[in-house]
Amino acid sequence: MEQALPELASVPWRQRTDARWLRRWGRIWHAWTLLYTVPFLAAGAGMIWLEPLSAPVALAAIAHAWIIPELYAFRGASVVRPKGPRNETAEPVAQGLLGDLLGHEQRELQRTTGLALERGALGTWLVGEAGALLVTPGGSRVHCFCVRTTEPDLPPSDRVAHLLLALRVDEQGFATVANHAFAGAPWRVRRRLPAAMRPALKTAQRAER
Amino acid sequence: MARLIRMDDTGHTTLAEWTAADDAAFAAAVTEFQEQQGLGYIGTVPEGPGKATHVRELPRGAELVIMRRPIAGG
Repeated sequence: MEQALPELASVPWRQRTDARWLRRWGRIWHAWTLLYTVPFLAAGAGMIWLEPLSAPVALAAIAHAWIIPELYAFRGASVVRPKGPRNETAEPVAQGLLGDLLGHEQRELQRTTGLALERGALGTWLVGEAGALLVTPGGSRVHCFCVRTTEPDLPPSDRVAHLLLALRVDEQGFATVANHAFAGAPWRVRRRLPAAMRPALKTAQRAER
Repeated sequence: MARLIRMDDTGHTTLAEWTAADDAAFAAAVTEFQEQQGLGYIGTVPEGPGKATHVRELPRGAELVIMRRPIAGG
């Protein structure tokens, strides 16, 4: 019996994703957000201060400062959006198996939001059909990971179960195999999640506070 | 009764069942397990909340062994 995820062999060049790696990437994303926001805001304010008639151009600059972070957050939230075939015939069977893997509260949360909550050493995970969110300790940052099973025709609950089992085998390995898509404040991601999924993020945040 | 199942497009399929005392059933399950590995499936034993183990050989004492496909970054 082993605790290393076998899929790690497919990404030998990647540094293992641990808490330190997550903190570093969280800071990089924070700095990056400031880097593409502050100059647009400064340019907009500067233009209005120098020449009030330039207000339309200044507003366009300020709009960029708002739109670009929103696009990044949208990209992050999109990792857990339902995607792929619904496979409605097989889904009840798959839902039953997934339900067996979850505790009572997690099962109810998964059925209403589509996301399976899993407590780990790195934080609290929300596992979807083709991606996962990780709320780190303190609840003030969420990392978004794009990760999927290699058999896309599975019913949605089987796709969740694939990711959940891999996560349970090796949490750091799971995060290493996954592609990191975004890191930022949970409120930024929550706004871009489908409404039905938002309570799951709130629950994960509460679990980490 | 222990079960070997595979997650597939039907939800899941039971591939084999055995008991610790039934050598023939376990041998058939081992053969099935190895065939699935040959097809690229990975053996995983769920071990209660938050824990699962990757297995390369079918454990006789496990209650449930799930064959799954590999995962990859999206």
